[in-house]
Amino acid sequence: MKQGEYMNPYLAGLLLGLLLLATIYITGRGLGASGAIKSVTVAGVAAAAPQHARSAEFYRDYLREHEGAPLKNWLVFEITGVLIGAFLSGLVAGRLKMVTEKGPRVTSRARLVAAFIGGVLWGIGSQLGRGCTSGAALSGMAVMATGGILTMLAIFAGAYAFAYFFRKLWI
Amino acid sequence: MGPLVPNLISENLNYILALFIGIAFGAILEQAGFSSSRRLVGLFYGYDFTVLRVFFTAGIVAMVGVMALQHFGLLDMNLVYINPTFLWSAIIGGLIMGLGFVIGGYCPGTSFCAAAIGKLDAVALIAGALVGVFLFAEGYPLFEGLYKAAYLGSPRIYQTLGIPANMFAFVMVVFALAAFGVAGFVERRVNRLPAQTARWTPARVGMVAVGLVLALSASSFTDRKANLLNLSQNDQLVRSYPVEVMSVDEFAFRLMDEEDDRIQVIDFRPEAEIARERLPKSYAFTVENLFEQEPSRLLRLKGKLNVFVANDELTERRLAVIAQELGFKRIAILEGGLQGFREQILNFQPSRPPRDMYEEFTYRFRTKAKQVIPELIRQNRQTAPVKQEKKRVLGGC
Repeated sequence: MKQGEYMNPYLAGLLLGLLLLATIYITGRGLGASGAIKSVTVAGVAAAAPQHARSAEFYRDYLREHEGAPLKNWLVFEITGVLIGAFLSGLVAGRLKMVTEKGPRVTSRARLVAAFIGGVLWGIGSQLGRGCTSGAALSGMAVMATGGILTMLAIFAGAYAFAYFFRKLWI
Repeated sequence: MGPLVPNLISENLNYILALFIGIAFGAILEQAGFSSSRRLVGLFYGYDFTVLRVFFTAGIVAMVGVMALQHFGLLDMNLVYINPTFLWSAIIGGLIMGLGFVIGGYCPGTSFCAAAIGKLDAVALIAGALVGVFLFAEGYPLFEGLYKAAYLGSPRIYQTLGIPANMFAFVMVVFALAAFGVAGFVERRVNRLPAQTARWTPARVGMVAVGLVLALSASSFTDRKANLLNLSQNDQLVRSYPVEVMSVDEFAFRLMDEEDDRIQVIDFRPEAEIARERLPKSYAFTVENLFEQEPSRLLRLKGKLNVFVANDELTERRLAVIAQELGFKRIAILEGGLQGFREQILNFQPSRPPRDMYEEFTYRFRTKAKQVIPELIRQNRQTAPVKQEKKRVLGGC
């Protein structure tokens, strides 16, 4: 493979599918991402305001499920791996670079603000939908879970429905 | 039988595995180009369909793979996390995430990949997501109604649609292949590239072949459980199927022999009936148990002969056929079922005087067994039914 070139998407899809299959066979669960964000948020709140974390239902339930150690979560380990794996892949392909990726018609500042707002929406949406594109959509599709497939359809339907209004960010 | 966690792989080792799975996950996503927001959102503006190709290929490969593992009895789906269905929060949460996708340019998983190779916009998105979860947590009492509304359990999509699983998978594979074709066409249009002449390059032929294999296997991985249950209703086949049969006298003798620990009685009667009359050396079992990871271990214990008992012999035969088709060895059934056992042993009444020595010995043995076995049944309290202990992991995000 040449430097900077991406893998054939079907080959990447095949590898990703086999990885997901192996994950399900070994661990009985699929891949995920937003759960790690949840762990970090709960850990942050528990450290900054332990009193509040003990009383508010959302944190309390989470801390109880994790026996008081919110970071000891499968997805936190998995996402740590993702950071390492992506970094190594970028290193090998010569893609390591500090940059703000944006469409041709927006400033970097606008792009960063938009990314932050998008992140907030992902944070709320993934909690409501009990998973994001990895945990709900992809893993849900693999085990043919109605809930996951429904969330997947809603994510793509939402993205296509709103795409027109934000086209200036990208094209 | 999978999943390997938590019985074969401990919880702590599972965390280490998570790290390695994550490394592979991150590397594949980055190699596929998912570390670029412009590439990702290209899906929604029609100029780059990488996401569709990678995502759909991965989805159908994993889906057909799960079906295959299930078909060959290698994966107990009762122990695998199935995302629960909360109708409204799934739809509204999904729409919010879709909006987040076109504004933010990444999804959470890809934002970690992009951040790892230095994309600052991905770092901003992760920061936003942390704030988003915080807002959800603080506003949880507000969201709770919607979050928990219209809970439908954890159905599988084919159950919801009321079609066979393999039909759904087949349709998905065909749909994905069609989508790949349309995507290529749209991509060229939007990017104003000349339309490609349809040539059968080896790569394309290979891809179509793989697709066809996937589609065909999807339709051939029928639900093994339904198949076997069906098979066991075929009386002709069941009667001619070779099964080891144990005579009532041998059965009675081995129940009474305290030294004999090679036999275990697998009792398939309804629980209430077993509670009234619990045989020595017996375990309560159900047809379901045969298909489950934990309970079926009992039948694999080394050196044990599993004698299947039910009220009549035909039922026993049916169960023995299912078990042997599932690959269990050392299965026997009781001659005449428990009905025969009651008539010939527990309520033994010689209809006529013994004709020869052999019959006289049999009569003598049965008269003795008739007194001993009911006593053993009375004493027997040790065997609780095998309960499937659900250790399903919690997944999702």
